Amino acid sequence: MATYTLEGRTGTWEIVVGLEIHAQVISESKLFSGASATYGGAPNDHVSFVDAGFPGMLPVINAECVAQAVRTGLGLKAQINLESRFDRKNYFYADLPNGYQISQFQMPIVGTGTVEIELQDGTIKHIGITRLHLEQDAGKSMHDQHPAKSVIDLNRAGVALMEIVSEPDIRSPEEAGAYLRKIRQIVRYLGTCDGNMEEGSMRADVNVSVRKAGEPFRTRCEIKNVNSVRFVMHAIEAEAIRQIEVWEQGGEVVQETRLYDPSKGETRSMRSKEDAHDYRYFPEPDLLPLIIEQSWVDELKAKLPELPDEKRARFCAEYGIPFYDAGVLVADQTTADFYETVAKGRDGKLAANWITGDFFAALNRTGASIETSPVSAAALGQLLDLIADKTINGRIAKDVFEEMVETGAMPAEIVEKKGLRQVTDTGAIDEAVTKVLADNQDKVAEYKSGKDKLFGFFVGQVMKAMQGKGNPALVNEAVKKQLG
Amino acid sequence: MSLLNLTLAQASKALHAGEVSATELTTAYIKAVEELNPRLNAFITPTPELALAQARDADARLKSGTATPLTGIPIAMKDLFCTAGVRTTAASKILSPFVPPYESTVSAKLKAAGAVTLGKANLDEFAMGSSNITSAYGPVENPWKRTGSDAKLVPGGSSGGSAAAVAARLALAATGTDTGGSIRQPAAFTGIAGIKPTYGRCSRYGIVAFASSLDQAGPMARTVEDNAMLLNVMAGFDEKDSTSANVAVPDFTQALTRGVAGKRIGIPREYRLDGTNPEILALWDQGIAWLREAGAEVIDISLPHTKYGLAVYYIVAPAEASSNLARYDGVRFGAREDGHDLIDMYERTRAAGFGPEVKRRIMIGTYVLSHGYYDAYYLKAQKVRALILRDFQQAFTQVDAILTPTAPSAAFGLGEKMDDPVTMYLNDVFTVPASLAGVPAMSVPAGLSSEGLPLGLQIIGRHFDEETVFAVSAAIEKAAGFNALPELRAK
Repeated sequence: MATYTLEGRTGTWEIVVGLEIHAQVISESKLFSGASATYGGAPNDHVSFVDAGFPGMLPVINAECVAQAVRTGLGLKAQINLESRFDRKNYFYADLPNGYQISQFQMPIVGTGTVEIELQDGTIKHIGITRLHLEQDAGKSMHDQHPAKSVIDLNRAGVALMEIVSEPDIRSPEEAGAYLRKIRQIVRYLGTCDGNMEEGSMRADVNVSVRKAGEPFRTRCEIKNVNSVRFVMHAIEAEAIRQIEVWEQGGEVVQETRLYDPSKGETRSMRSKEDAHDYRYFPEPDLLPLIIEQSWVDELKAKLPELPDEKRARFCAEYGIPFYDAGVLVADQTTADFYETVAKGRDGKLAANWITGDFFAALNRTGASIETSPVSAAALGQLLDLIADKTINGRIAKDVFEEMVETGAMPAEIVEKKGLRQVTDTGAIDEAVTKVLADNQDKVAEYKSGKDKLFGFFVGQVMKAMQGKGNPALVNEAVKKQLG
Repeated sequence: MSLLNLTLAQASKALHAGEVSATELTTAYIKAVEELNPRLNAFITPTPELALAQARDADARLKSGTATPLTGIPIAMKDLFCTAGVRTTAASKILSPFVPPYESTVSAKLKAAGAVTLGKANLDEFAMGSSNITSAYGPVENPWKRTGSDAKLVPGGSSGGSAAAVAARLALAATGTDTGGSIRQPAAFTGIAGIKPTYGRCSRYGIVAFASSLDQAGPMARTVEDNAMLLNVMAGFDEKDSTSANVAVPDFTQALTRGVAGKRIGIPREYRLDGTNPEILALWDQGIAWLREAGAEVIDISLPHTKYGLAVYYIVAPAEASSNLARYDGVRFGAREDGHDLIDMYERTRAAGFGPEVKRRIMIGTYVLSHGYYDAYYLKAQKVRALILRDFQQAFTQVDAILTPTAPSAAFGLGEKMDDPVTMYLNDVFTVPASLAGVPAMSVPAGLSSEGLPLGLQIIGRHFDEETVFAVSAAIEKAAGFNALPELRAK
């Protein structure tokens, strides 16, 4: 693995990164209220009195959100804590109705785990998970709706978030990107978060520090609320470069919270450690400790979908496809399911080649997704069957496929309608070969005097004469036989 | 006999027998409120029209045979219970314009049973106080007078309006809430009975929160039996309150006649504090004698961590309060003072909206939770709280109930004990330990002081054993035969 370093005036620097990912839990209702947790809706449509922090209102934990956190914990190969606790994180802000956020501070529901990432060069690396805890999201303040007033939308207030905290194991922007994508892939597989960073349902706080090789950790800065994989990677690099400059100019990096400005490609200070909130955490007295049963965890575990790493390994073993191809095919659940539908009971390698080759190319070209693709898994499977039972040969299959993309028709129909059935009648093939050899006597002479390469030419001419429908093996055989 | 002198149980019988209608009974109480509330200030918001409408409904139910024992019973609702469509202030300026669109579980249960609400009773602001002087709507006057003196006395607090209303016949009964003694101490100060049930017995849903881990709703009424009848309706598991307990609610009135023969009654030696008013100690001894005569076995017990009770309480309760009251920020409901930015608006709103005692507790609470102080204060207090709970658990392996005085003195004068908040806090010394342990405790009127003021005894029981508390309280009540009446009362 190539080590990622940055060159400064005083030498070579390496970077140390840890991520806190906030992933919005997929659930019908909010973490502590019955209000809808779905995205969208008119402002303040999805707000209960609990969410709005009205007097006397009390939180009641949503069991489905707990199940989602446990599923995610299992997906991260992490310790599930059968007893966890909620705490209040106190601070004043207009979109935080209670004046505190209910979070898990001391006793999170999920403890240490690990995630495997794969880098461009194929290197596999493990990133440690420190913890995952459940907490409420805040509402949204908007300052651009009125010249003198701020307006508040509490639709998001109280929606469940999972905060997934990594160990400071990440050493390059590439690793950070791979880690973030991997977490997104896992939660999407599990159906615990939709992973849509553009809509804000997944966002990351990035902790960055730099050091010379072999040094202990130096002071870190936290870049808040970065909302795309690309921005995370850029922000790390920009922040690392800034810190190196500070150190190399004899200064000292101060621990602070910073914001990444994608338009300028730089980070800027948001608040320093001195201005940091004193959150006055204490156990949430409105909720009892959260106790879950091991048997319930086991039940959730038994119903967990197959995760990308396991699926990838199984695809390699079961269908004999290369590790790299398997990685491409398990990138998301839909692709994996599509592949498996096509490959099941067929030639897995051929299926992989068709999907990663012609099929992906067609999607790209037409701007379709797997869900909207004109070629269904069943249709592609039928095409492979037609190849396997020699109804058509590989070359004709390509034409049939293009027709499928264009019309959405089933391959058997196309073959039938266009008469593309492969010719296996040896009499017809022999006849075609005889004609081609007769028409190309000069070439036959050249061949016989040692120009072996012309064999392919004869085969090609025969295929052409048969509009591509000749069975390639039989054509080969017939050509060989007639040439003596 | 005036309708106003009926107990709840008597009134209920009379209503069911058709001897009096709910409308008549309610009208009598509305008149009493009109007559005396201007003087006592027991209600912040009287709701006579609503009461009459409810009384008419009650009469219909009584006729149709769908009435419950509480149908047609006029009560006062502490203004800490959110009531749909009726202003709920928590005795604070900051909630002066607040009309909840929802109903607390406890008040909803009482309504559903057919109880008639005469209005919202005064209290200390956000239930923080032991004298009802912190209300933004003015203090409540205790209907009792020292013999030969017209000095205004406090009714205790925080449920002082509820207590004064019941004592002065402005309501047949009332709801209260108790965080550190807020039902028991005012009950003792006004010569009525009141019980703080086990933490988790009544739902906290819809009750303006003071200290979540301590707050508990309970009834206040003239007799132990009336309390039992009210608690029958107020108690019960509520899925909207995660801390409410999913345990069966027995018919508490069945426990009243159990007697105390063979019951073991604990007398905690640590409650015999140096400098305690000898009258209080004498009343306690009298209570012990009554129970012994009734066949109980009296056992000396130790609750060794009692002396830390007040200190722990005045860390835990303000800590939770400081967080619970953060929502009063002027953004979504309640009073707002405009400012030039968000922080300025917060500061102005909270400066104008909260009274000095509330501010004091928010500051104490904020301090004890602050970085660097949390371990020394809040965490330490939680550890000691666990020891106090253990004290009770150990004691209850030896005894069935515990008897103590309710308060260290009789009602004091308005303006007394005002110079130093700590003196005021000392009022809760006997009531706070049961709150911290979450066990049920009741105050029963047991006698008069030499100045002619009522004094109460406190009966503490095991978690969810209100039945024994009621049984012992009924025995004390019977032996004491307390029938003195306050000077100021509707007739």
